[in-house]
Amino acid sequence: MKILKPPLKREDVEALEAGDKVLITGTIYTGRDAAHKRLVDLLDSNKPLPFEINGSVIFYVGPTPSPPGRPIGAAGPTTSYRMDAYAPRLIEKGLRGMIGKGPRDANVKEAMKKYGSVYLGATGGAGALMAQAVKKAEVIAFDDLGPEAIRKLEVVDFPVIVINDTKGNDLYIENVKKYKKG
Amino acid sequence: MRSISFNTVKKKVKAAIMDAAFIAGDDLMASFRRALAEEESPLGKEILNQLLENAEIAKDKRIPLCQDTGLAIFFVEIGDEVKIKGGLLTDALNEATKEAYGDAYLRKSACNCFTRKNTGDNTPAIVHYDIVKGDKLKIVFCAKGGGSENMSRVTMLKPSDGRKGIEDFVVQRVWEAQANPCPPIIVGVGIGGTFERAAIIAKKSLLAPIGKRNSDPELAEMEESMLRKINDLGIGPGGLGGRITALDVKIIMEPCHIASLPLAVNINCHSSRHAEIDF
Repeated sequence: MKILKPPLKREDVEALEAGDKVLITGTIYTGRDAAHKRLVDLLDSNKPLPFEINGSVIFYVGPTPSPPGRPIGAAGPTTSYRMDAYAPRLIEKGLRGMIGKGPRDANVKEAMKKYGSVYLGATGGAGALMAQAVKKAEVIAFDDLGPEAIRKLEVVDFPVIVINDTKGNDLYIENVKKYKKG
Repeated sequence: MRSISFNTVKKKVKAAIMDAAFIAGDDLMASFRRALAEEESPLGKEILNQLLENAEIAKDKRIPLCQDTGLAIFFVEIGDEVKIKGGLLTDALNEATKEAYGDAYLRKSACNCFTRKNTGDNTPAIVHYDIVKGDKLKIVFCAKGGGSENMSRVTMLKPSDGRKGIEDFVVQRVWEAQANPCPPIIVGVGIGGTFERAAIIAKKSLLAPIGKRNSDPELAEMEESMLRKINDLGIGPGGLGGRITALDVKIIMEPCHIASLPLAVNINCHSSRHAEIDF
């Protein structure tokens, strides 16, 4: 089991390999399609982003609303390919990690290799379990997007597995090959 | 005529929506345990154990099983001798949806297609009606997440494609979906009808208990054959490789046009949430 404490340096993620189990402790940010579009629009118009992208980790999640007394509702990953159109721009700016589920496209994988970033898989549909690792949540941008607003999360021992490392390995492809019959 | 009040319908449907978000069905839990016994991949077993633990936490702490609490879908069978007193049945279902998603802190996922602006209360619900004989009202609620819905497809095969063409299309769809729809999945197959009817019966097929075989022997055999082929794909729990890619395959078949062979594949994630309310 490896430990990651964002913000991350390039060498932190270069030390990871596809298949490594990782626990994240520290600050991560949430973002889905709508928030990603706005982040890229801000970059296009040379405006500052709502958080320091260099060294950051983005978790693709739209949590359920927080009930009274809890920091967050259910918080599992959403399908990542919807962010593929935007991710390379953020990786170029120093985004070191993305947490989601499902395969990424060739452009994202290429950007991960070129600029040093990893794709981390979280268990889809385990939103109640994953919420246990979230200790604090606060909306920091795009409040009007509701569940899709950008939240700053404080997590402790948030469990993920490295799907794509910086060397071009892909855990989904390698592991499915092992179990495919015929 | 039997009269059922608008408020009774609303209240019961609201309670069922809330429970479905927090409590995994017995058939689903049993299928996780069967999968755990059959799974060969250590990572696959780990994912299945997480799903069992997730269901326990969700039930105990009333946290939704999944953050995607879905669009609200209803299949309604209303007897021709039933009258809803005090309002329209569709309005009762929409009000129940609005109140349940609000009061239980469920995620509102309905939005405008272009502006993506959220409707704010998870309405409109998607409602399918069947008028039947008698004085009973049966409402089946189903919360359907976007991730698995996005992996679903409708196609119009040629009659000559036959059973093999159907099986090939379904298996290929699951292969292309890979980890996206949150495997282990449940695959709903609608064969026949028309373009839109195939999709509706594919979704309806997902409401039958997991592990229950079709009453038609040929369709039962097809369900088993497709389940075997899908589990030979190796996608596994979480898409991380393994034996259990699907928990079940379900078919509903109806007659179609002499020129057509409509086919719909509606994929459901493992967070299969539904509830039946009988009046």
